Amino acid sequence: MLRYALRRIGLMIPTLVGLSVLLFVWVRLLPGGPERGLVPPGASPDDIDRISAVYGFDKPIHVQFLTYVKALASGDFGLSIRTNDPVFSSFFDRLPATIELTVCALVLATVIGIPLGYVAGRRQGSWLDSAVVSASLVGVVTPVFVLAIGLKYVFPLELGLFFTQGRESRGSQNEHPTGFYLLDGIITGNLDAFTDATMHLVLPSVALASIPLAIIVRITRAAVSEVIHEDYVRTAQAKGLAASVITRRHVLRNAMLPVITTVGLQLGLLLSGAVLTETVFSINGIGSYLFDAIGNRDYPVLQGYIVFIALMYALVNLAVDLSYGIIDPRVRVP
Amino acid sequence: MSARHLRRSVLFPAVASVAVLGLVACGSSEPPPEADGDVEEQSTEAEGECQEYVEAAAEAPEGGDDTFIFAGSADPATMNPYFASDGETFRVARQMFEGLVGVEPCSADPAPLLATDWETSEDGLSTTFTLQEGVQFHDGTPFNAQAVCDNFEWMNNQPAGPSQSPANSYYWDKLYKGYGDDSIYESCETDGDTGVTISLNQPFAGFVPSLSLPAFSMQSPTAIAQNGTVQDGGNPMTTEYATNGPVGTGPFQFESWNRGQEVTLSAFDGYWGEPAKTQNIVVPTISDLGARRDALLAGEIDGYDLAAPGDLPKLEEEGMQLVNRPPFNILYLAFNQSPSSGAPLDDLMVRQAIAHAIDKEAVANETLPPGSAIADQFMPASVAGYADDVTTYEFDPERAEELLAEAGAEDLTLDFNYPTDVSRPYMPDPVATMNVISTQLEDVGITVNPVGDAWDPDYLEKISNSSDHDIHLLGWTGDYNDTDNFLGVFFGGETKEWGFDNPEIFDALTEARGIPVPEEQIPLYEDLTREVMEFLPGVPIASPVPTLALGENVSGYIPSPVNDEVWSSVVVGE
Repeated sequence: MLRYALRRIGLMIPTLVGLSVLLFVWVRLLPGGPERGLVPPGASPDDIDRISAVYGFDKPIHVQFLTYVKALASGDFGLSIRTNDPVFSSFFDRLPATIELTVCALVLATVIGIPLGYVAGRRQGSWLDSAVVSASLVGVVTPVFVLAIGLKYVFPLELGLFFTQGRESRGSQNEHPTGFYLLDGIITGNLDAFTDATMHLVLPSVALASIPLAIIVRITRAAVSEVIHEDYVRTAQAKGLAASVITRRHVLRNAMLPVITTVGLQLGLLLSGAVLTETVFSINGIGSYLFDAIGNRDYPVLQGYIVFIALMYALVNLAVDLSYGIIDPRVRVP
Repeated sequence: MSARHLRRSVLFPAVASVAVLGLVACGSSEPPPEADGDVEEQSTEAEGECQEYVEAAAEAPEGGDDTFIFAGSADPATMNPYFASDGETFRVARQMFEGLVGVEPCSADPAPLLATDWETSEDGLSTTFTLQEGVQFHDGTPFNAQAVCDNFEWMNNQPAGPSQSPANSYYWDKLYKGYGDDSIYESCETDGDTGVTISLNQPFAGFVPSLSLPAFSMQSPTAIAQNGTVQDGGNPMTTEYATNGPVGTGPFQFESWNRGQEVTLSAFDGYWGEPAKTQNIVVPTISDLGARRDALLAGEIDGYDLAAPGDLPKLEEEGMQLVNRPPFNILYLAFNQSPSSGAPLDDLMVRQAIAHAIDKEAVANETLPPGSAIADQFMPASVAGYADDVTTYEFDPERAEELLAEAGAEDLTLDFNYPTDVSRPYMPDPVATMNVISTQLEDVGITVNPVGDAWDPDYLEKISNSSDHDIHLLGWTGDYNDTDNFLGVFFGGETKEWGFDNPEIFDALTEARGIPVPEEQIPLYEDLTREVMEFLPGVPIASPVPTLALGENVSGYIPSPVNDEVWSSVVVGE
């Protein structure tokens, strides 16, 4: 398994290099450049030309590419043109916010989605099944920002519960050794900080969990409804195995493969796609920063962030592939 | 040309008025008046409303919460205001830094601040300032004449590379025309601790008022020398000073900047003026306008800027305070006269027809915040070069049709460019404004093709760098009280935005700019304003009122037309 994992990681390198080249060309093909946004709208064309010269945008694209590769080879991902943040450190400074939000959303989606899907799958055609299927359909089709706005209206604004924005109360001055605020609250022994961070995380997590929850419910339902009609389940029942054992060992374990694939895919998607949730709830994660970078044509951020996200996505997929072997020995890799 | 939302402004109040400003109260919930046609009356009304905040300051309560939380729409670009030109950076900088010159409350006029008075030589080349005594920087460095000279020498002698890029040192670059021997800055001489003379090598009438820009704030020479300088080619935005150690003389000092999240400041105990009433300031970054509104309604923040017109009724209903700034901006409809655009906008009769077709009051009433002032020239009435007797173009659809017929343009078709995703103080809802104006143009027989683009970079790129546009919406918020800051920005030379070449106007502006004495300069600007409105390069629409939204328990906030808002007088709660 180790060899397999190393080989997969090795294959990522040419993929990421190829992606970097494509990105370099693509971001420069976008109409407009970053220079315009660096000065007030009244700036003259001469101002814009001088800015281009400072950043080297006036040089031929192959010269720019060589400069970029040279810097990359020494581990320099450059600075954001807009904010002057170093691309590398800004990504990893913002990553904990996105991971914390994504993991909470996915845990929520999984913890609720799998049991619901299981029950619906076992009782196909019942009113419960119909209700779960209908609710999941609503979950899939409701845009995250609509749900977010609704949640904000009902909870903080009407009921005074939870918060509308941020990861902790403003001006808190809590310590953040890891950048994961929940963990930081525990590590520093600051229960108030932990509670505050949790209360801030509830609504964004619920909003972000809605679509994966609905998908997980539907996938689990479909998988369970298929597995329960398999011969080996009938055999296990005929052997007189306890229902709980049949559920755990035969039904759930076999139904989990497609669910894990879905959870893995969702994790990858959420890590890169929590833009709306991060924006609506003012969470300073990688999604919102990348979104701004696209609008601002912030070349270094676009290049760096997309490569890092691709790397994360590939690693999550690798982890999912490796987990298959743990669940189903038949697909275990050597 | 165009916009610049909050960005520009000026620094704080005068020494003389600090005592007054130091107090302030806040919070009119009175419904503002609807837009009407008398520009000067509107302007006076807005200033009167503003003065009420200053007067109420004297009754502002003591005590309350120790933290004022005001949400910004974006992260500051830097903590060193010299390298900034955006409103969010200046909003924070104004709390920590002060310039030699401040701004009179409720106006855009210069007022004493770190300099108690000044005198400019007859030739306009040198200005002698008398400095406030007993001022120190947050790091204990004394503020004196030498500190002023150190600041000017540092500003003028930036190393080559990013430090001299207009992307960073925009205002010095623009107003002082370069660095070292190339700039119009000549020298700085001290006279004891409190006298300093700054000399220029060519007259610049806006010199004194422009010193109120946060970009020209006085910064601790000690701190700058220690960790704020870079070598040639170095990036001034990444120094320890610019990210983590700004030092000024203002009522608040820097505590922390959590990039992308919030800036925290605390009251400076050694402040020379009226001490801050609130101990801590937090400026969180909440980029989404709806999220800022919700945060205020939920009590998570105490205020935010540029409340959307559509949110005002809800905010008011929930007891929030809506504070209108006296407008210091202009929204206009521009004509592109370049023949390559294909539209006959180089024909004065066509331009006049369009001007007569537009009902500005309807535009203001339907798409701009209540209280917006209708414009009849390209600057608000409070600017020195405003002329009372310009040619006006009343709403007269019949006259518009006649003019179009006389010009042979009965079948006129125009592309109407507008930005789709932006809200600016002078243009809170460009889509709505475009729709109303389009309907009015179609009523006189003009066929309008709306062309929407994302604001940055698409729209700005198209308008300022191409001729691919016929008529478009844009505007401007002034930096300080100088006609050149409006007319010069729009019509200082041939541009692709306007597409005309009118040497008479360009030369007259250059001439007026070089006259050092305001008494001689202002009549020239007034003549120019009349000439511009005869020539009619576009239609000035209105000066919309920017609205601040504050929590119900906030008092002591004084709005400023040029965003010169320092929060030392603000009290939260009690």
